[in-house]
Amino acid sequence: MIPPAFDYARPTSLDEAVRTLAEAGEDAKVLAGGQSLLPLLRLRLAFPELVVDVGRIPELRGIREDGDTLAVGALTTHHDVIHDPLVRRHAGLLAQATETVADPAVRHRGTLGGSLAHADPAGDLPAVVLALDAELVAVGPRGRRTIPAREFFADYLQSTLAPDELLVEIRVPKREGWGFHYEKFHRVAQSWAMVGVAALVRRDDGHIAEARIGLTNMGATPLRASAAEEALTGAGDAEAVARAAQSAAEGTRPSRDASASPEYRAHLARVLTKRAVLAAAGMG
Amino acid sequence: MTHISVTVDGTTYEDEVEPRLLLVHYLRDRLGLTGTPIGCDTSNCGACTVELDGASVKSCTVLAVQADGCEVTTVQGLARDGEWTALQRAFHERHALQCGYCTPGMIMAARDLLRENPHPTPDEVRKGLEGNLCRCTGYQNIVRAVLAVAEGETAPADQAASAQEVTA
Ligand SMILES: Cc1cc2nc3c(=O)[nH]c(=O)nc-3n(C[C@H](O)[C@H](O)[C@H](O)COP(=O)(O)OP(=O)(O)OC[C@H]3O[C@@H](n4cnc5c(N)ncnc54)[C@H](O)[C@@H]3O)c2cc1C
Ligand code: FES
Ligand code: FES
Repeated sequence: MIPPAFDYARPTSLDEAVRTLAEAGEDAKVLAGGQSLLPLLRLRLAFPELVVDVGRIPELRGIREDGDTLAVGALTTHHDVIHDPLVRRHAGLLAQATETVADPAVRHRGTLGGSLAHADPAGDLPAVVLALDAELVAVGPRGRRTIPAREFFADYLQSTLAPDELLVEIRVPKREGWGFHYEKFHRVAQSWAMVGVAALVRRDDGHIAEARIGLTNMGATPLRASAAEEALTGAGDAEAVARAAQSAAEGTRPSRDASASPEYRAHLARVLTKRAVLAAAGMG
Repeated sequence: MTHISVTVDGTTYEDEVEPRLLLVHYLRDRLGLTGTPIGCDTSNCGACTVELDGASVKSCTVLAVQADGCEVTTVQGLARDGEWTALQRAFHERHALQCGYCTPGMIMAARDLLRENPHPTPDEVRKGLEGNLCRCTGYQNIVRAVLAVAEGETAPADQAASAQEVTA
């Protein structure tokens, strides 16, 4: 399959990229790793006039510490996220979930920023940055702004980025001492999540003091399982966790497709939340 | 048209290409390097796997213009002076192929796997080859072939030549 024809620009600096996008308006599309965009182009589900390849802008790649925060450049590949010692130390959930994304070849090209900007509710990383309470930094012709993860995902395949804005950085608060686990249910190797649960747990004296849970594929956007988070506070054993996990699907609107009904997805959310929290809390 | 300069299997090519041209089409249709097949065209099967600057990629999911200034290695660039690498020999010796359609991609993915993890467990081999589908073999012999190379039953890919000297 051959993509539709488009013009191609490859800016080498952030300023140039922002200018190029601003001049092109709505008909331009950002190309990062291309692992979602190229399949869409090949299927002729997207028809940009201009593709702006931001893959060679060095300042958008790499991971650094910034006080209590880990700053991950939007163009950092899944592969680099997984192997980065800072991510492993301070944001283990992100590393663990990224390991479940696609396969090694896709992870060599695909980027964290692309996965978030693509805003696919079946993608694993949107629910993870939601659970981590990350902030997303965007740059456009009107300057730089910081968007909390909970305000970033607007709808199915839609973020709140303007067409002329570039996602440049993902700021992840370091979560020292928190247990974490990403539990993903999929039919076959390499396939997307039917449902996924990202759990972060802070324990105090054998009890869960605080839980943060992000849900993959339980609606048009990634969601927090707020009712379950609340119910988990104070849980001290596996039974209490199982009880709290019963409310994991509250307030969600999972879709129906060839592989699962909404009811089945709700069931999965409850089961996977229990598993993820038990693993995160070390109660398994 | 966009000008690109790409080194493929050691030879540098200068070309004018349409931005929409996929790397796999560039390799096959423009350069005639048909050793890299197209299996699915949906980024799932891995048959088209090549190395781009030393890392495995699905060449149906990379634009030729994205490879500008880069080095591409295809399965056709592995053998040295007609001598197969250890992985190629292991696939042959352990019957790791039937129709052979997935083999170029499997070998390129396996190279990548062994570079990152020279001594994988059988499970790690299966995980590392997750992005490569084979409709024929049931994977058993593919995993065996990769493990054989890791265990040194055939010499590691890049040392094949020197190992031969040692055993000779
Ligand atoms: C076979 C296969 C299996 C996969 N399996 C999974 C999976 O299991 N889980 C999962 O989560 N993902 C999966 N993916 C998707 C993969 O994670 C992609 O890498 C990711 O969704 C997109 O990242 P990218 O860098 O490739 O973005 P691109 O494809 O380049 O871009 C995707 C979209 O985001 C926009 N965009 C990208 N970067 C920016 C930016 N910096 N600023 C503004 N807009 C931007 C683009 O314009 C485009 O609309 C799979 C992909 C493939 C091909
Ligand atoms: S042809 Fe590229 S992944 Fe199948
Ligand atoms: S040998 Fe036929 S597809 Fe693998």
